[in-house]
Amino acid sequence: MENTEQSTNTANREFVAFRVGSQEFCVDIMGVREIRGWTPATPLPHAPAYVRGVINLRGAVLPIVDLAMRFGLGLTEPTPRSVIIVVQIHQQVVGLLVDAVSDILTSSEASMQPTPDIASDMAKNFVKGVYAVDGRMISIVTLESVLPISEKAAA
Amino acid sequence: MTMDTMAAIRQTFFQECEEQLSEMEMGLLAMDEGNADSETVNAVFRAVHSIKGGAGAFKLTELVQFAHSFETALDHVRSGKLTPTPDMMKVMLRAADVLADLVEASRDGQAIDESSYASVAGDIKALTASAGQDEEAEEVIDFQPTVIDFGLPELPAEAPAAAIHEYRINFRPRPELYANANETVLVFREMKRLGELEAVCDASAVPLLEEVDPNGAYLAWSVKLSSELAIDAVREVFEFVEGEADLAIETDGQPEVSDTDIAALLAMALGTTPSSEPTPAEGPPANPPEAAAESPPETPQPGPTPASVQPPESAKSDVKTSSATVPAQTTIRVEFDRVDRLINLVGELVINQAMLSQRVIEANFAGSSSVVIGLEELEQLTREIQESVMAIRAQPVKPLFQRMARIVREVADVTGKEVRLKTEGETTEVDKTVVERLAEPLTHMIRNAVDHGIESPEARIAAGKPAEGVVRLTAAHRSGRIIIEVSDDGAGINRQKVRASAIKKGLIPPDAQLSDSDIDNLLFLPGFSTAATVSNISGRGVGMDVVKRSIVALGGRISISSRPGHGSTFSMSLPLTLAVLDGMAVSVAGQTLVVPLTAIVETLKPKKHEIHALGSDGRVMSIRNTFVPLIDVGTQLGFRDTPTEPERGVAILVETGGGARNALLVDSIQDQRQVVIKSLETNYGTVAGIAAATILGDGRVALILDVDALVTRSFNDPLASELRYGTGG
Repeated sequence: MENTEQSTNTANREFVAFRVGSQEFCVDIMGVREIRGWTPATPLPHAPAYVRGVINLRGAVLPIVDLAMRFGLGLTEPTPRSVIIVVQIHQQVVGLLVDAVSDILTSSEASMQPTPDIASDMAKNFVKGVYAVDGRMISIVTLESVLPISEKAAA
Repeated sequence: MTMDTMAAIRQTFFQECEEQLSEMEMGLLAMDEGNADSETVNAVFRAVHSIKGGAGAFKLTELVQFAHSFETALDHVRSGKLTPTPDMMKVMLRAADVLADLVEASRDGQAIDESSYASVAGDIKALTASAGQDEEAEEVIDFQPTVIDFGLPELPAEAPAAAIHEYRINFRPRPELYANANETVLVFREMKRLGELEAVCDASAVPLLEEVDPNGAYLAWSVKLSSELAIDAVREVFEFVEGEADLAIETDGQPEVSDTDIAALLAMALGTTPSSEPTPAEGPPANPPEAAAESPPETPQPGPTPASVQPPESAKSDVKTSSATVPAQTTIRVEFDRVDRLINLVGELVINQAMLSQRVIEANFAGSSSVVIGLEELEQLTREIQESVMAIRAQPVKPLFQRMARIVREVADVTGKEVRLKTEGETTEVDKTVVERLAEPLTHMIRNAVDHGIESPEARIAAGKPAEGVVRLTAAHRSGRIIIEVSDDGAGINRQKVRASAIKKGLIPPDAQLSDSDIDNLLFLPGFSTAATVSNISGRGVGMDVVKRSIVALGGRISISSRPGHGSTFSMSLPLTLAVLDGMAVSVAGQTLVVPLTAIVETLKPKKHEIHALGSDGRVMSIRNTFVPLIDVGTQLGFRDTPTEPERGVAILVETGGGARNALLVDSIQDQRQVVIKSLETNYGTVAGIAAATILGDGRVALILDVDALVTRSFNDPLASELRYGTGG
């Protein structure tokens, strides 16, 4: 029992690191279904501003969440270099619009540091913890809170 | 055997039960109509018997017991001891309902309350008793029909129960038997279990070695079997090799006819002489056994030969309908998940094909005819695949209609009316989901038809109609949709009463000018009905708005017509599938939207003088002197802030499920097309005013408008929009 616990703590997990504005974030690679280029999305009526619309992902309708807007960093101007990270959150598949994918990180749970305590709603709501990689700070995104669930219920 | 296997077998059993129940119900209804031919009675008997057998294996005691008494009663009918009467059929039909309930309860593991069906069980037992037979003597009865039904005067009608029968069986396998991987040794092993067996192999037909066909069949057997079991049991042994061997079974010195001739003769004897005591005079088909006995010498075979029996012409023609063997449709069971996955894939294929076509056009390949021809072929193939796959999900409406028969019985019982349900077009096929989602509204409409449509027997007689009312339920395909009609031959809608009620409830102004059909349609208004739930059967027009809403949610329409004194007809038109939709593609603020074609009445080009401002920012459009609200789709969906100039756009006149008419203002119309419906809810959620999404030929997602929600949203008062219909027409 002790062994397994230890192994989950120290076992290396992989993360996809990406850039939103000037900040770096990452998500667990196990939740990432694919990474694809930006295609124009069909806007949804009455959707929150960070939901850029829906795109066709091989026959499925995929909502696109603008992470910068979601994090309160302003609307992303999509460029040809913009990337959609398709992630699965519980039963839903959602595309996250980010500026660029920067890295695949290998790190362990143990080396995760708690989110520095600052008075930012974004940090409190969306960041699970941070990694220090080569002097950079990479925030681990809580995927669950990215979903537009609360707004959905309200709408 | 693991629990999983058991669970799987159990599941199969209950699946088969459904089929058996449906078979049983169908047969009973035919009997009720007066078609109690032996084929029908046998089918019902077999169905009940199979359920009993399966239930026994799973130790479902209540089910077994009830099925047993039901089966016994049916057996009396089969043997002619009981002649079906209308009263008896009522009991039988009720017993069928109980059996269905018991199966369901057993499947869901619910507790079974014996008192709930005690009266029906009692009635069934009374039937059995009236046949003058002790229930315990069932085995004897089982045996009787086969003997009596041949009208053989030589045999005593009552055979001793435990007598040892001598069977002489001539069995000559044909090559097909071996080709179908059957094995004679298994047949013999099976026979041996019945009693004492003495088999002689006749190898006289075996040719010289060089002439032997390796796939041929040369051996025949003559078997002497002593068993106390009835001939049915012996015949059962050969069930699997039926039609693959020449077979003759003689019993106690009397030759027996086999296979289809049995059925033919049964039909003959039961159909023409349902009395229990056949006399020689009643037995025109009495010669087939003789024919069987005579036939061996006719055949030039040296060894014991099969008796190939030709029933006399008279018997043949008499029973043409029942003995005609329709080749059974072979089916396989497939999980719906698999079918749905296939449908999804085909949906993607359709989209992909459309995208490919568009790319080719964009790339100016049009000059290369071979590419264009290839694309056209691909398109055709794709369409065919799509249609075939959709057809897999298609199901006949028959089970649904059969359920309605039960509703009619139940409501008729409660209300003390005499009602018969007549169905037509049960084989009409429609998507499984449509069938499923139709059950509730249809149940409700049938209830209404019996409860409110059909008058009491006294009132009917007073009106010069037969005491028994008729509810007709029909289904038919018409121009790519399914039309389902529920009609009754009752009193029709009491328009004065409906009108008065609507005025009282404030649904229409007291001075409203309404045509007859306007009044009929008031039944669909929310708030007209007095009760809220569909399951309630009191009050006229109960929840017809609910019915209408469910039909509209299925992409269907419902209409009503009524003739005083002659009854009412509810007519529903529904799409055959929920996977695709016919829509009109329109442009709004640079976006493509799809408006379901079912909602569209017409499209108009608004002129300046037809547009009138109403209130702070409301606009109405005048269409042939009626004013309908003009809804700017762009602003309504938040695609733009300022409404567009009506003269620069196109107005689409739509009718909502509630019958309200509104004009939707869009920028332009692109075309009319069939679109594959994609769910928005799976990955996102519901969006007000949007029903679903689809994928366009260019690979982009387009939204399908939910016209009802869009219109309702623009008023935020559903009643107000419904009202418009009553007054505006």
